[in-house]
Amino acid sequence: MSSYMESNARERLRHLLDTGTLHEFLPPAKRIVSPHLEQLDTPVAFDDGVVTASGLLQGRPVLAAAQEGGFIGGAVGEVHGAKLVGLLRRAIAERPAAVLLLLDTGGVRLHEANAGLIAVSEVMRSVLAARNAGVPVLALIGGANGCFGGMGIVACCANAVIMSEEGRLGLSGPEVIETAHGVEEYDARDRALVWRTSGGKHRTLTGDSRRLVADTVEAFRQAAAEEMAACGHAALSLEELEQENRMLAQRLDATEGCRDPQDIWLGLGVADPSAVPMLDAEAFQRMAAQLRTKEDAGA
Amino acid sequence: MQRLNFRFEQGEADGAGRQPQVVGVVSSGNLEVLIEPAALNGACEIDVHTAAVGFDAIWAAVLADFQQRWKLSDVRISINDVGATPAVVSLRLDQAAESMLEGTQ
Repeated sequence: MSSYMESNARERLRHLLDTGTLHEFLPPAKRIVSPHLEQLDTPVAFDDGVVTASGLLQGRPVLAAAQEGGFIGGAVGEVHGAKLVGLLRRAIAERPAAVLLLLDTGGVRLHEANAGLIAVSEVMRSVLAARNAGVPVLALIGGANGCFGGMGIVACCANAVIMSEEGRLGLSGPEVIETAHGVEEYDARDRALVWRTSGGKHRTLTGDSRRLVADTVEAFRQAAAEEMAACGHAALSLEELEQENRMLAQRLDATEGCRDPQDIWLGLGVADPSAVPMLDAEAFQRMAAQLRTKEDAGA
Repeated sequence: MQRLNFRFEQGEADGAGRQPQVVGVVSSGNLEVLIEPAALNGACEIDVHTAAVGFDAIWAAVLADFQQRWKLSDVRISINDVGATPAVVSLRLDQAAESMLEGTQ
């Protein structure tokens, strides 16, 4: 049982897919490196920090990408983004059972300025294009960098997000919020606060993440296979998007005046919010599923 | 950044027909080692691209030790380094050679 967080991108992908089925596109030996980093006299990586591949997940064909969080915080540069876009476009042509995005990133690679920003926006467009073609896209988040910035938006464009407790999902990272709003509003060094506001448990309770899994590659693999089967091949619909908009508007109303995520959890029906951080993944998932069933029955 | 090139002649462990492998990550205090077969007349070539400038003599010593252990022939090794210590470099090189010659990952 290997820790998902402690594994690097290649290890995650190799163990997530069925043994021996991983076939990498543009492998390191091709040396497709960032031209911008070379100009800036900064170290490059032979895969520009992302592994893109085809393979099988429990016997079904999938396309998958894993960001290497160790390389510049998993940030998306021009080549890195183009590899993700190429994978998603390939999905439209090949119609695999799903595209799996193993995200571990702070967002855009600022060294690459506009090229990086455009790359991220192209990834967003490609995720939606793949979904519109009926190919489900799943985002898996459990790396040390979490998933922030433009890639946080990409994750929210996917059919489903799967997170571990250690994973984080957000738009602005903790330091950015503290810088913009002051340390009294948000202390980025308060790790418990950071995980309460962006961690896997909070995201799962609010519904941004479909489910919480333990920090093992095997748990992510099992959850990805189940979610892939549950997604089906329905294309994006306007009705679905409008429903999501209504859900977000309701959430904004319901959380008005909340000072801490624990207030939000209480509002969602969690009996003892202070106990949530100590629950293991299985116990937490049971509780979250019960709350959701209750909510569905009420709605 | 600094580029260093090394060539060691008359190796024995033949890389021909093996699959290229990459180990490690381009991350602070770490390095990425790409190892692949290459027709080099029995030599092993090592290209180093490092963020730590001025450690030529240490690289020469660490790589000579490595080649003494493995005696690679017809192999090209390419390194992207972000200030890894000599011990880490040695471990990654052994890991790379092992994964290519013995197929362990």
